[in-house]
Amino acid sequence: MIVRISGEGQFEVPERHVDELNRLDDDLTKAVDGGDEAQFTAALQALLTSVRTAGEELPADWLGPSDLVLPSPDATIHEVREVLGDEGLIPG
Amino acid sequence: MGLMRRFSNIFKAKASKTLDKYEDPRETLDYSYERTLEMLQKMRRAVADVATSRKRIELQAQQLQRSAAKLEGQAKQAVSQNREDLAIEALTRRQSIATQLTDLQAQHDQLKAEEARMVEASQRLQTKVDSFRIRKETMKANYTAAEAQTKVNEAISGIGEEMGDVGLAMQRAEDKVAQMQARSGALDELMASGALDDASMSSDRLQAELDRGFAEPAVEAELARLKGELTGGSTTAKQLDAPDQEAAPATAPASAEAPVEEDRR
Repeated sequence: MIVRISGEGQFEVPERHVDELNRLDDDLTKAVDGGDEAQFTAALQALLTSVRTAGEELPADWLGPSDLVLPSPDATIHEVREVLGDEGLIPG
Repeated sequence: MGLMRRFSNIFKAKASKTLDKYEDPRETLDYSYERTLEMLQKMRRAVADVATSRKRIELQAQQLQRSAAKLEGQAKQAVSQNREDLAIEALTRRQSIATQLTDLQAQHDQLKAEEARMVEASQRLQTKVDSFRIRKETMKANYTAAEAQTKVNEAISGIGEEMGDVGLAMQRAEDKVAQMQARSGALDELMASGALDDASMSSDRLQAELDRGFAEPAVEAELARLKGELTGGSTTAKQLDAPDQEAAPATAPASAEAPVEEDRR
């Protein structure tokens, strides 16, 4: 699957790696729900690192949509909530 | 739903909104290309804005550094005059300038990182735009409605997503610049009011007190001389007869200053 890290580029991640991403995503979701910035940063870094190591960066001239888009490495909870803003705040 | 998927869905929905779809995919290709060119233009202006803000911070920091150096000098001067009160005032002001400088430095670093990210993002977008232009011409040349739809959609979604990403980066940079400008403006006001910057009137007061510190011993010496003359009787009369008597008071303070200074040490 194709995963975009905002502000960084697109990666091709093998399908078998999806479970791992979902597990890391759970941590991230908990951090955002709890509003814990330090926990959020740590969980986001873990998720992005996993994408970078398991995946392969696509060349800049590659042109196609991603299956997943992830926030940029230095994103804050506030910024993520702003993107999600159209659907209201994350419950909790 | 996990955060990852929600973020993706909304991001992609927003990104696809930036591009209108026409009935003929070839028109959509041309339109999308125009939009990416516009986006590149916007991006370049945004990079320039961030650079301008960064330079403004640099100028303010230089001004604050000059003030800090001047206050340091004034503090030394005050100590040499045994005016601890003035030294404390100068050092206190220098301290608050140091705090402002630390904040400015942090903001400067942030803007610099933002600028670098945007330059990188615009380079990526430029590469994608070039690739899109070539792809679009090929697709238009070989256009058959049956196969075109998916390929065109893929290319357009890809470029739309990139634009969404760049748009997000620009939004972030604009927010940071706006924050910075608000702070910068506040700092300018502080400097203008003299609360921080010693180059304005309040420092002149500090300087005036320091100058008075130098002047006072001279005045005291002059006073002592006058008292001596009044009690000295005949010597005074002789001095009054002297031809260059008018020059005497003017030179007296300068010569009287040195011994007093020595006494203080």
